[in-house]
Amino acid sequence: MSAFYQLDFEKPLSALEQEIAEAQGRFDREFPSRSPTAGLAPEAALDPLGSVTMLDPQAQRLLARIAELRESHRRQLAEIYGKLTPWQTVRVARHPARPQTRDYIAMIARDFAELHGDRRYGEDPAIVTGFARIGPHKAMIVGHQKGKETAEKIACHFGCAHPEGYRKALAKMELAAKHGVPIVTFVDTPGAYPGLGAEQRGQAEAIAVNMREMSRLPVPIVSVVIGEGGSGGALGIAVADRVAMLQNSWYSVISPEGCAAILWKEANEQTNSAAAQSLRLTARDNLSLGIIDAIIPEPVGGAHRDPRGTADQVRQWIVQSLDELIRKPVQELLDGRYARFRSMGSWLEQAPSAVAADPMPAD
Amino acid sequence: MTKTATRTWQEVRPQRRAAIPEGLWLRCPGCARMIYRKHLEANLHVCPECHHHYRISAAERVDQLADAGSFNEMFTDLAPADALNFKDLKAYKDRLIAEQIRTGSSDAIKAGRCFIKGRQAMVCCLDLTFMMGSMGSVVGETITRAIEHATPDPALNKPGLPVIIVSCSGGARMQESGLSLMQMAKTSAALARFDDAGGLFISVLTDPTTGGVTASFAMLGDVIFAEPKALVGFAGPRVIQQTIRQELPDGFQRSEFLLKMGLVDRVVHRSNLRTEIARVIDYTGK
Repeated sequence: MSAFYQLDFEKPLSALEQEIAEAQGRFDREFPSRSPTAGLAPEAALDPLGSVTMLDPQAQRLLARIAELRESHRRQLAEIYGKLTPWQTVRVARHPARPQTRDYIAMIARDFAELHGDRRYGEDPAIVTGFARIGPHKAMIVGHQKGKETAEKIACHFGCAHPEGYRKALAKMELAAKHGVPIVTFVDTPGAYPGLGAEQRGQAEAIAVNMREMSRLPVPIVSVVIGEGGSGGALGIAVADRVAMLQNSWYSVISPEGCAAILWKEANEQTNSAAAQSLRLTARDNLSLGIIDAIIPEPVGGAHRDPRGTADQVRQWIVQSLDELIRKPVQELLDGRYARFRSMGSWLEQAPSAVAADPMPAD
Repeated sequence: MTKTATRTWQEVRPQRRAAIPEGLWLRCPGCARMIYRKHLEANLHVCPECHHHYRISAAERVDQLADAGSFNEMFTDLAPADALNFKDLKAYKDRLIAEQIRTGSSDAIKAGRCFIKGRQAMVCCLDLTFMMGSMGSVVGETITRAIEHATPDPALNKPGLPVIIVSCSGGARMQESGLSLMQMAKTSAALARFDDAGGLFISVLTDPTTGGVTASFAMLGDVIFAEPKALVGFAGPRVIQQTIRQELPDGFQRSEFLLKMGLVDRVVHRSNLRTEIARVIDYTGK
């Protein structure tokens, strides 16, 4: 479990984790035929109807101890994750072992046919696109990829796509729309890449065109924010009929560090935390602001502790959403999508009469 | 998420404040020559010597662009709210009131119908003097309403209007976080419908246009004009420099650079803006 990378707020668990590992090691050494690697989990061995009575008392005591430690670990983990601060949530969303688009494709999709390139400038590995089957549905999958190994991370610019990535995404989405295939997007980016080439090739234009075109593609579109939903770079593939966020992901106009650097004049642990709080970037905040439609729960301790469990939830939500959306006539679908974004925002509205009765004082 | 205003204009004491510092003479940041203020104003706030385009407020922009007395301001009933209860070193609520008092505007935009050289148009001008022209819910909603108002509808026998948006903005407003972000999708979606209905949209980029404004309506013009030497980009130069850790080339992200990269249609001097807009309106038959 997160042996290489530990979040600071998970530190209280490390002693416990070590104790579990030691006890487990002892059990394995002393009772090799009973060790989990021999095919029997300690929990199973404790089953009163099972084989526990066949073990000698020392083995029983050790197993009981391991089970106790695990239970305590589970409880503490649930407690820590039950009250994550927004900044801690951001840290979980960035956990290096958190599943990425390619992991979800492997776990929830079948028969993935990857398609490359924007036919204009190049191939951007920071956005993955291709046909796949999810449950009973055909789909065009479009998702940010941050990369796992160093080489992949560098090629993907850590999930920061270039204009060619956004144009590739749009080209494949248009292909899907032409053939009536629904679109599923996975959002996981700190933001679109801020670099020389990206500006030269029209980063802003690429994102803007994606948003305009996605708003009128005549097929169902569903989006899941699986990790980071950083600003326009995220929204560039997230103008959808239904948008969900994983429980420990974030979605906002700017990263907490970026916001802290501008509004607090410096980014450090404290200002980042304050910015994360102010930005209301958690799944629950976004749901209450009407920006997303659903929160997909993660297993206790975050998606990185149980990728399969998370993927099952994600698949369920996608299949269920597509089930509903594909029944809708195209015009109803498009009107719904327009209305979804049209209603967003918060402002005060003065009755025109009040304005007339209370004119702005002159200089 | 519409609420009724609890504050009224009586609490807001406006002060007229030009984007240019006070004083009879000023030094041009372009050529360092001393310019007589009256001359600058008469010259549309463009340096008569080096043609440096000064930043101007939305009110001044409207005055310059519209035929005299033709501007009919709309959507003025919208005022910003603080749905997030945002607080950095200063609370967003207090920041808003301070900006409203300082500028006399309720938010960073002016929109309405007007005539430009006798051609009717819907004009939206972002206001750099109000929180760096940043786009929050009010700016997004105003632009969306303006676009919807200008969208032709044959069923209602409504001819529609050309839309002209003059952008100058630091980007999406951080203090409204996700709600600001969604204004990008909202305005872009409105432009998609406008486009489907055959509307003409002319986007005018002025110094500076960056972030979420560039990455939404500003780059979606049927025709995109840019004022000379305006800074236009997605990421700010400082962020780019920090990312790539090398000096940026001269003139990077300026209008002339964008022209060379094929990202804008024309670089237009402020004194020609009305003529150029009118010309495109005529060519497209709107």
